Amino acid sequence: MSTKSNQNNFSKGTDLAVIVLYLLMVAIGILCIYMVEYNPNTSWGTSFITAKTNYSKQFYFAIFCAFIGIFILLMDSKVFTALANVSYAAGILLMLATFVLGKNINGSKSWIPIAGGFNLQPAELCKIFTALVLAKFISKPETDFTKLKSHLTAGIMVALPAILSIMQHELGLALVYSAFIFAMYREGLPPAILIVLLSFAILVIATLLLDPIILTIILTVIASIVIIVLIKRFKRNKNTILLVVAIWVVCSGTVRFAVPYIFNNVLECYQSTRIYSMVGKEYDCNMNKKSAVAVGSKKSRKPDDYNVKQSKIAIGSGGFWGRGFLKGTQTRGKYVPEQHTDFIFTSLGEAFGFVGTFIFLALYLFFLFRLVRIAERQRSTFSRVYAYSVVGIFFFHIAVNISMTIGLFPVVGIPLPLISYGGSSLLTFTVLVFILLRLDADRQMVLR
Amino acid sequence: MALYNSNRGGIIQIIIGVIFVILIGQLISLQIVSNKYKLAADNNAIFRKIIYPDRGIIYDRKKRALLENTISYDLVVIPNEAKGVDTLTLCEILKINKEEFTKRMLDVIIKNSRVKAGVFEPFLSPELYAQLTENLYRFPGFSLSERSIRNYPYNTAAHVLGYVAEVDVNFLQKHEDEGYEMGDYAGMTGLEKQYEPILMGQRGVKRFLRDNKGKIQSAYERGEFDTLAIAGKNLYTSIDVQVQQLAEKLLTNKVGSAVAINPKTGGVIAMASSPGYNPNLLTGSQRRKTIGRLLMDTARPIYNRAIKGQYPPGSTFKPLGALIALDEGLITPSYGYNCYGSYAACGDPRKCEHHNPGHAANLQLALANSCNSYFLQVFRMAIDNPKYHNAKTGYLKWKEYVNGFGLGRRLGIDLPSENKANIPDTAAYNKDFGNAKYWNSCYMLTLGIGQDRMTATPLQLANSMAFIANEGYYITPHFVDSIEEESDQESELMAKYRTKQKVTSIPNPYFKIIKEGMHDVTVYGTAAFIKVPGHEYCAKTGTAQNPHGKNHSLFVCFAPKDNPKIAVAVIVENAGYGATWAGPIAGLMMEQYLNDTLTIESKLKADNLEKVDLLPQAIKDWYVRNNKSAYLTPMEYNNDELSDVWDMEMVSGDALLVTKTVDTLKKDTSNKTGTPALPPVKPSPNKDSALNIDNKQQKNTLKKGTIKKKVPIKKKALINTNVNQI
Repeated sequence: MSTKSNQNNFSKGTDLAVIVLYLLMVAIGILCIYMVEYNPNTSWGTSFITAKTNYSKQFYFAIFCAFIGIFILLMDSKVFTALANVSYAAGILLMLATFVLGKNINGSKSWIPIAGGFNLQPAELCKIFTALVLAKFISKPETDFTKLKSHLTAGIMVALPAILSIMQHELGLALVYSAFIFAMYREGLPPAILIVLLSFAILVIATLLLDPIILTIILTVIASIVIIVLIKRFKRNKNTILLVVAIWVVCSGTVRFAVPYIFNNVLECYQSTRIYSMVGKEYDCNMNKKSAVAVGSKKSRKPDDYNVKQSKIAIGSGGFWGRGFLKGTQTRGKYVPEQHTDFIFTSLGEAFGFVGTFIFLALYLFFLFRLVRIAERQRSTFSRVYAYSVVGIFFFHIAVNISMTIGLFPVVGIPLPLISYGGSSLLTFTVLVFILLRLDADRQMVLR
Repeated sequence: MALYNSNRGGIIQIIIGVIFVILIGQLISLQIVSNKYKLAADNNAIFRKIIYPDRGIIYDRKKRALLENTISYDLVVIPNEAKGVDTLTLCEILKINKEEFTKRMLDVIIKNSRVKAGVFEPFLSPELYAQLTENLYRFPGFSLSERSIRNYPYNTAAHVLGYVAEVDVNFLQKHEDEGYEMGDYAGMTGLEKQYEPILMGQRGVKRFLRDNKGKIQSAYERGEFDTLAIAGKNLYTSIDVQVQQLAEKLLTNKVGSAVAINPKTGGVIAMASSPGYNPNLLTGSQRRKTIGRLLMDTARPIYNRAIKGQYPPGSTFKPLGALIALDEGLITPSYGYNCYGSYAACGDPRKCEHHNPGHAANLQLALANSCNSYFLQVFRMAIDNPKYHNAKTGYLKWKEYVNGFGLGRRLGIDLPSENKANIPDTAAYNKDFGNAKYWNSCYMLTLGIGQDRMTATPLQLANSMAFIANEGYYITPHFVDSIEEESDQESELMAKYRTKQKVTSIPNPYFKIIKEGMHDVTVYGTAAFIKVPGHEYCAKTGTAQNPHGKNHSLFVCFAPKDNPKIAVAVIVENAGYGATWAGPIAGLMMEQYLNDTLTIESKLKADNLEKVDLLPQAIKDWYVRNNKSAYLTPMEYNNDELSDVWDMEMVSGDALLVTKTVDTLKKDTSNKTGTPALPPVKPSPNKDSALNIDNKQQKNTLKKGTIKKKVPIKKKALINTNVNQI
């Protein structure tokens, strides 16, 4: 494509590997969508011209994105630092605007209709703006990212669009904002926070799997063992024993109150149901405060793991070598819902089997590692923070999306970067990558 | 710049790496380790449609089809598409009520889900079919689906042809790798079973891609894995429909069996067992109604007496006994025995039917007059043959001869479950009388006149006649002469029916003498009054004592005398003298076969014979007792009664009208007895069994009957079949 041939002329130092990987991914994406939509009775040539099928639409999106990419590469990298704060503010405003102007698509009111029948999802774009504003904030000379105050400021910056997304019933998009923890961690967020978050995650899963009373007993036993083992140290320092007890209280509290609160009050009924169905349990929607108003006396739903079941069947039936291009029976029979968007990985898994998915994941891994390498070679903090934000966003999308298709994570609506059908998503990832490329081309500069 | 944190880049890479390893781990488990997903996917998306080939047809020796395939229709429904159905009209046509309609609909949904077609009403009668086709537009979602069923235009040879039925779990286990599926039909008895692989042909499978709504999208892989259905091959048998029908007609109202063999080829011309049943009663919708009754009947109409019935051969064994003595050099044709009406050489005198001295002055005379004393003496000579030093070796030699004649062993006819009947082993006598030292020919004296423990099946008796007719060999009796487009493998299978079984080396002159003796039987002997117009024939009567009542009437014969073309054995149970009942039946059969027609006189005789009721009283009593339970009386099994109705229907071209026939018959029964048809009550087998020929076997039959009566299971599977066919 034109991007590749021209880039040497107008932008010295642009990372070729990333561009090649980017183009490869987009191409794979269009092929995957083609597999999903394939119908032996229609010719792909005409459908490309008429742009009636999703794969042809995605193709035109890709061409459009290529122009955007070139445009970004032609820009001055100082623009990004300059516009970071403004764009973030504009993004938040746009998100707020959806509450007024929003159009309801798939049950979430997060889209703003724009010209030509296309819809814009501000929450998608806000990822870019948040990445920029976070980079801007951390790279400011007066910011000392070892201080708790800076952590909190950064946290609020990231949390704001996330909260707005939750209010728009876009849990998946909100979760993506947790990806910024990578960038923050790299810039000095104490590892303790990561450990605490990890412990919390483990506690949530344990709460799901075990009876709360048994779990409390287990926690108590662990605390007792720790106290007995470390009894000598307690004689020297009485504070340690207090710390252990405090941790025990917090953990038990989480198990007994925090987790049920999240499931019953924060999450929607279907979300709780999906999460419960991951561990093969049924969630009683009558306990859910949010749905209690809406659903009322309706009976509790059965775990709707249909998507995951079909998705696993499709991927699993690929076997080692796969069924072959366009030969996937599950894909052809449209057994996997939302296969061209969130479950696009299934078509790949069925057609090309383990070999295909392994190579595909290897490509992604290479891509992510390349981005990390780019991040590490930046002289300016702005570029590095931004790069790690991109790494985080990509990684989070890939990990969550693939995990949910293979049954390791509850189903949340998160697209597979550069592969899933969707203009907004493709545009967002394109912009993310190309801004990074633009910044990387000027890596010798120190941007503020 | 936060350079002090640069190692954290590595940690991030490790985190990413670990997550990817987890993802790949799960992919390995999904795609490589577990194969359940592949199966699940195939169940999801590949729809296998089985293409059933036409079953092969079975023809008689003049290429008349003994059975054919006809199309029957089922009413099927796709519940999801059944919206706006004129339920009232449909219920009216099918004569069901609204509740039944809802129940059936639910059944279909439970069995086949809402999107697949399920059978709503199987085996439609022609009227129903016509009514439904007219009104089908009122019933969206309903359609008519074809299926092939057997049809027997001559209403005959039910035992020989056997029946096809839906396979059960047992069958599937036994034939695991033969491609049968639940709901398939397979031959269960008779030729249908014996030649199942040939008659069945090869099923074809078409694979279709099915989408998430159960709709067929396209052929799977452009039909690359599809197989074509190959029609079953036709069988050409040696049966003569007319002789077969005649035999069945003559055995009406009698318990017994008749077998006719062409000695030249070993081909079975006719094989009848009475009481029998109309094979059309076991096809299509008839089957469900009749199978239970047939299996419960004390007269065992399904039981093929021709190959399973064990009868003492009685005097019909005498020619064979004589052959042994001649071959062993113990007697000459001129050997005579001075009989005065009994045989007393072993103490207790054995009666003979003749008193006049000289009736056994030589072999020929002894045969013609069927002198018991003569053949008892001959038997004793064979056992006590000085050549073999003791009775045991003598007996073994005698047994070797008898086995050689095809008695006491399975002949290997092409029907399943042939009985070998019994020629006792020395072990049996050792057990009864102690060591062989302690017994001699006197102990089993009556073996010489085909009594004692000796039994034979009608088939074996007919075959022994073929053996004598051929003067020293027989060809294993069989029905199938040739298979359509016979392959080498099939020829190999059939080879044993095309080779001579020469098991003894008795010289021909001895056979000539026996034949003369048997001819005399028909000239001035016991069968002198039975004539076959235009043909000389040889015969031997038999009147066998048996522990179950009146003597069995037996008759064996072959004709014409000099160039035998047919060998017959007839047995009428508990009927009396062989010449009185079995003889005329055999005579008429020979006449029909040799002349291809019956004289007017013979026809009259046949009609009279048909009317003679020789059913044992016990069976009649049983019917009287059980009529209340709506069992069919033997009259109703009678082929001719049914075939009259049948013929009318054949003329109108509607083979499917049988439903009506049986219904009317049933109505008649209930009218006669004046009580409504109740579900059959299970009789206690021991008390009620009228025939205690073989109580054990009867119990088995009854047991089978009760098992097969679990109709609902069958029905369920039946419905599944239809889905496959749709």
